[in-house]
Formats: sequence, structure tokens, C-alpha cells
Amino acid sequence: MKKNSVETPSTHTIHKDPGARKEKTIHIVLLLAATVSLLALFLITAFVVGEGWPVMVKHGPLNLILGTDWTPSRLSFGMLPQLTGTLLVTLGALLIAVPLGVGCAIFLAELSSEKVANLLRPCISLLAAVPSVVYGFLGVIALVPLLRSTFGGSGYSLLAGSIVLAIMILPSIINISEDTLRALPIDYREASLALGSTRWQTIWRVLLPAARPGIVVSIILAMGRAIGETMAVMMVTGNRAKVTGALLDPGATMAGTIGLEWSYAADEHSSALFALGTFLFIVIMLLNGVAQLVTSRGRVSQ
Amino acid sequence: MMQSAKISVQDFSLYYGAFHALKKISLGFPPRSLTALVGPSGCGKSTLLRSLNRMNDLIAGVRVEGRVSLEGSNIYDPDVDVVPLRKKVGMVFQRPNPFPMSIFENIAYGPRVHGEKKRSRLQDIVEQSLKSAALWDEVKDRLDSPALKLSGGQQQRLCIARLLAVEPEVLLMDEPCSALDPIATEKVEELVMDLKKKYTIVVVTHNIAQAARISDYLAFFYLGEMIESGVTRQLLTNPTKHQTEDYLTGRFG
Repeated sequence: MKKNSVETPSTHTIHKDPGARKEKTIHIVLLLAATVSLLALFLITAFVVGEGWPVMVKHGPLNLILGTDWTPSRLSFGMLPQLTGTLLVTLGALLIAVPLGVGCAIFLAELSSEKVANLLRPCISLLAAVPSVVYGFLGVIALVPLLRSTFGGSGYSLLAGSIVLAIMILPSIINISEDTLRALPIDYREASLALGSTRWQTIWRVLLPAARPGIVVSIILAMGRAIGETMAVMMVTGNRAKVTGALLDPGATMAGTIGLEWSYAADEHSSALFALGTFLFIVIMLLNGVAQLVTSRGRVSQ
Repeated sequence: MMQSAKISVQDFSLYYGAFHALKKISLGFPPRSLTALVGPSGCGKSTLLRSLNRMNDLIAGVRVEGRVSLEGSNIYDPDVDVVPLRKKVGMVFQRPNPFPMSIFENIAYGPRVHGEKKRSRLQDIVEQSLKSAALWDEVKDRLDSPALKLSGGQQQRLCIARLLAVEPEVLLMDEPCSALDPIATEKVEELVMDLKKKYTIVVVTHNIAQAARISDYLAFFYLGEMIESGVTRQLLTNPTKHQTEDYLTGRFG
């Protein structure tokens, strides 16, 4: 009796049971999966940078960024037109999509009945599921002619790209902003209302500031998507590689140029497209970094 | 007690959907005194408290019958605007719920939404409110630091200060000390004792000892009904109903 009671626990504590080995195997397999995705990222980076390297060395990165002339046939690879084009299209898209998206998120989270919200939410998800080429198609069929008849010109313009992009990034702004608003404790609403503030004052002065980190992240993620979007933008912006400040002018974006010229580019031209891709990559990485900084800071202050 | 009441309920019933949560309650809350609502969990005391400034309006499916009179007028009349009502009848919640802003901004919030814009005036209000809530000395050097960095007890006094800043007439407190430690509780109780000289206060509490310490009047609730009410000392020493006695002697709760 006494002997048993001593031995039973000891077999449990000292010897590894088969379950522990299985845990270890699972651990290793999952670690491998994580490593593969990390490796993929590393390889993509190395490949893009490596392919773009010759042009970077030959022209110098600063000359590439600041050069205003993009004429591949003359081996002139100034990327400023694409940089400003990307910037303008993205900025325009955000100017349209942020007020619309945050407004919609406020409506869904704070004002609409559960019934209406449950009807709207799948529609918004569907908006995110539409392939970008379809957005481009709609842009060409409906938006470009509309711009042409309203403002003159060809209709193919940075503005057309902005509007199409705005619709495409709406779902991520709405979803993340709504989630952030919903995650706020009910206490904030009660406290504010119990002080005799109106619903709108509560939303504007308490809930929106409290949800700011999440809303900023949604905007930055949407921006990342907008900057990288290729197909839809390429179809409606006109792809003229010229620096312009006017949204109604046709223009080119970084991703659009790569998508358009890739099929026939060779040698130095193809290397230049990779260099363009490298800059695109850097911009998006920086944005992701900012998003992460904002989230972690938001967590600290709350 | 009914005639001189600052705020009173008459034949007041409340339903959550089909559930009859409050059954024909009639009770008055005299001015410049503290009334405690006690009773076991689910007895309706918090529901009654939240009916006094219509916070129950936020819950879907709530229906009420009867009257709640604030200085004679029924707050459930269709033409009543809840915004000025809640400014007059403010509330402190069970869990301290400061906004995620600085201490200053928390207090200034109420006056701001009611139209005060002048910085100097807001500073005065913030200082006065914090002094009235016995918090000024502890926070005067860090008004710009986040309110959520304060301790739980300080947060609760901040919430009281935030309420005082909108100059309410009635203070409703829903178990204001239940999330606090004994020392913080003592401070909030001291504060409440001081405030009842000026305001009409209604406190929901689970804690009979606390009710005995701070309240002038007491109402005992059980299963949605008000079993009895009266002067605290009398009710505690001489309950007339057996449910009250059972509760007070700890036979249920």
C-alpha cells in the first residue's frame, strides 16, 4: 500500500508520457509552417530587390525617384510620375472613402437597428468580395463616360482611379471601424448619456476619440490596399506617365505601370519595373509599421 | 414624505418584454437626504434607480406604467426631453467609468456639451468639482494625465466630480462602492455623507452596514416589489415585514 502510493505519482512526474512527444511534434510542424511564410516574405524581398538592383546602381535611387521622364524605349526611368500618381490617387480615394466609411461604421454600430445592420453587413462584405477587374470594368463602362461628359477630356483620369479605389477600400474601413466602436465598453455611452449629453455628442466627443486608434489602423490598411491596387486602377487612370497635380488629368500609378508594361518589358526596362516594385514595397512596409505603432500606442494609453 | 419629495414614483411598474421587473412601486425621495435601496440581487432596485433618469430607455423592450415625478412633473410624459432630465438627475455607476481622456477633460466634458466654451470658466468648474468630490489634493498636479491611470477609488470619485460639474439636483448611485476596496469605500462614503447636505441622493447598495452608515431613509425590495420603506434607523431595528427581517438577519440574500 505504502509502496504503491509513492510509485504512482513518480511515474507521472519523471517519465515522459507519449502525449508529450505528440505535443512536441505538433509544435515543430507549426513552427515549420510559420517559417515557410517568413521565408516566402524574405525570398520575395530578395528577389524584387535583386532584380531591380542593376537599374538602381546604374541610375542611382534618388535620380529614379526624382526623375520626371519615364520613356522605357530611351532607357529613361524617372519614377516621379508614378510616385505622384500613386499618391494622388490614394489621397483622393481616402478623401472619399474615410468620411463615407467612418460614417457608415458609426451608423452600423451606434444608430441602426440590429435588423438593418444585419442586412447591410453582408452587402458590405460582398463589396469586398467583388474582383478588382470587375471594379475596373464598371469604371470603364460607367464612371469614365460620366466624368467625360461632366468635366470634358477623355474621362480616364486620376479622379476615376480615386473613385473606383474608394469603393474598393470602403469595406475594410467600415468593418474595422465598426468593430472598434462596438468593442468600446457600454460604460462610455452610459456615462456620457447620464451627464445629459445627446447621442450625437456622445458619438462625436467620447466614442470617436476612444475608437481613434482602431479607425486610424483601418485607414492605414485601406491606404496600403489602395497603393498596391493594380488592375482596377490601371483600367481607368489612362496610364500617362507625366507628373501632374490635377486629379482630372490622366496619370499612371506604380502598381499600374508594372502591371501594364510587364508583359513586354525586357532587360533594363524589366529591371526598372522591379525597382519601381521595390519602392512600392518600401512604402507599404512603412505604412504597416505606422499601423502597428498606432495600435500598440493606443493600447498603452487606454 | 411623499408631499415634500424632490422626486417620487407612483404606482410605477416596469416590464422587460414579458418580465414584470417592478410591481406598482410608490416611493418618495426627500430633498437633501440620502435614500438607500436595498434587497437581494434581481429584486429590481437597480432597475428602479435607472428609471429615475430614464437610463432604461437604452434597453430595448422596456415598458413602463405609472408616474415618476420630478418636482411635480412626470418624467415619462411624451413631451419630456431626456437630455435636460439627465442633466438634472445624474448617475454614478457600479464600475467606475471615466472616459479615456485626461482628468481635466473628463470633468470638463459635461459643461462642454452643455455649451461652456471659456477655458477659464472650465478651469474653475474642474477645480470646484474636484474639490467637492474630495479629489482635488490628490490630482491637482496631474490634471492632464489619463483618468484611467487613477486607482479605482479615485476613478469613482472622479466620476462623482464629473457628475457634479453639470450641477445636477439629484444624484443616483448604483452600488458605487461595490468595485472598491474598504479604504476607497470609506472615502466615497465620507464624500456621499457630505454631498447629501446639498443634493437629493438615491443609492442602491447590497451592503446593509453601508446603508445603515450613510442613509436617512431606506426602502427594501424583494422580487420586484417594495416590501417596506421608512427612516433607516427605525426600519433596521424594527422591521414590520417578515421578508425584511429575514433579509436583515441574513436568512437570504
